[in-house]
Amino acid sequence: MFTGFMVNTWIVATVVAIVAGVVGFFVVLRGSSFAAHAVPNAAFAGAAGANLIGASSVGGLLVFAIAGALGISFLSRRGSRDVATALAMVVMLALGALFLSFSNEYASETYSLLFGEVLGVSSSELLPTAVLAVVAVVAVVLFWRLLLLTSIDPELADARGVRTSRVELAFLVIMAVITSMSVPVVGALLIFSLMIGPPAAARSFAADPFVAVLLAVCLSLVTVWTAIAVSYLTTLPIGFFVGALGAAFYLAGRAHAGWSRKRVGASGAGASRVVAPLDDQGAVR
Amino acid sequence: MGGFWSYVVEPGFFESQTVQVALLVGGVVAAISGVVGVFAVLRGQSFAGHAFGDISAAGGAGAFLLNISPLFGFLGMSLVAAGCMEAIGVRRVRGRDVATGVVLGAGLGTSALFLYFNTTLHSTSGAAISVLFGSLFAISTSTVPAVVASATGALAVVLLLYRPLLLSSVGDDIAASRGVAVRVTGAVFLLAMAATVALAAITIGAILSTALLVGPAATALRMTRRPSTAAVTAAAIGAAATWLGCLLAYDSYYWPPVDHGWPVSFCIVAVIVISYLGVEGARSHRLRNASGRAGSENRTTAVAPRAVAASHGGHEAHDGHDALDASRTD
Repeated sequence: MFTGFMVNTWIVATVVAIVAGVVGFFVVLRGSSFAAHAVPNAAFAGAAGANLIGASSVGGLLVFAIAGALGISFLSRRGSRDVATALAMVVMLALGALFLSFSNEYASETYSLLFGEVLGVSSSELLPTAVLAVVAVVAVVLFWRLLLLTSIDPELADARGVRTSRVELAFLVIMAVITSMSVPVVGALLIFSLMIGPPAAARSFAADPFVAVLLAVCLSLVTVWTAIAVSYLTTLPIGFFVGALGAAFYLAGRAHAGWSRKRVGASGAGASRVVAPLDDQGAVR
Repeated sequence: MGGFWSYVVEPGFFESQTVQVALLVGGVVAAISGVVGVFAVLRGQSFAGHAFGDISAAGGAGAFLLNISPLFGFLGMSLVAAGCMEAIGVRRVRGRDVATGVVLGAGLGTSALFLYFNTTLHSTSGAAISVLFGSLFAISTSTVPAVVASATGALAVVLLLYRPLLLSSVGDDIAASRGVAVRVTGAVFLLAMAATVALAAITIGAILSTALLVGPAATALRMTRRPSTAAVTAAAIGAAATWLGCLLAYDSYYWPPVDHGWPVSFCIVAVIVISYLGVEGARSHRLRNASGRAGSENRTTAVAPRAVAASHGGHEAHDGHDALDASRTD
């Protein structure tokens, strides 16, 4: 399990899990789950397009993921965010369908792009993945305060002269970057599960944003490592285990939040502190 | 003139049985999706609407595995997902977003598992693609009556709930104060939407089901503020886009770069999105003109429409309040 080609798998999956934990925390905080689903789907279409013209698939993924992010940002200036996301995603997927119909061999390749091919990571993919991961994490650290402020209190951010829509665009582009590095490994559908389940659970367990991010990374690592190990032993698809574990962590987090709310409520203290730990402005200082 | 028409409409278009089925089923599904979609957009539930499409595909794969009718697989899985979202979903919009995401993630994982079993047991790796992208030109005629009947049922539920739905789209508190059972209304609508989207996904594919749910509804809500007019307009836009897309796909057999047709899903999505952008462009042009004229007299009115459009979610609230005004005048 830890020899030969599997070493690459463990390295890449670990990198993807760390980045997904960090970025996923903000996905959950900002209520951007739909965008986190749409951008990887857009990237998937890019891989199909790159395949068609014989270009590198990471390039295609990056171009289409960023195009999807720009599309969401452009359309949501004039309409509600989820409508914009839906329309941008549908356009990208339709282009993907078009590209797939122009090329002939697609079925198994499509499956691996959607659901991941974690057992087939080549050494040449390690460096680009690592570079993109560092870029994404550095970007999140640089934007840390702005991201927190615009997520928690957009009106206060506006009042302080922060351009909320630009921060949103920057965040979408970060999402596009981590998407294009993870789609070839864990697939378009699973990077999404990884960005939602563990961070959502982490938010229920920890009130402090920094602690929550660390916890999200830990849960995400546990999810990915368990999924790879079980998938290796049983030959069942890794995606199933990532989705199931993510949902299990989320439910555990909800149960914990409900339980501590009841306990706090019984002792007569401020009831909403644990449930909505970041909704007070104190966290942004 | 005859020559012109045979250039626009490829000979044999209306005679082909495949095309007839596609026009009939596509038109019905598109019209119903449009009506349901108006409420999905007003209530800010486009994400859930899309999620049902992807999740129901897992049901389709499961049905193939168990050798039961795919219709039950799609419909069953979608309704189960709606139940899960309702059970764990919370009232706050952000909590709902995450709850939808978690259910979608679990559904996609299940989908991966079922497709894996299908691939190893039945060697059908193409299932994922046909479910996701679908084709209006590959509808099996045996399921048509069941699909049309269930879709009509879902439409009837939404129409019965018309007024409470509108009120609770504006705000749960307002609706509750007027005697609407907000929780039940929301749950029933979610189930009806799940059924509609699942039926759309099985006939025309998951991409198109989202496109037809959100696109025509969003376009219609740009054209009119009255929800009833918007619902009718969305149904008309959806059906028209579907038919035009079918025609384009049929004509595309002679288009470059390959000598087989372009995917019908692509053609329909293109028509839907272009019409949305066209209507939106015309609307903002009108707003700009209006604000340009008003600018010399009163600066505040000139700024107002832009400020509303720029704020997050502010637009939804705007739609909602207009919806309430319209429902009062009804």
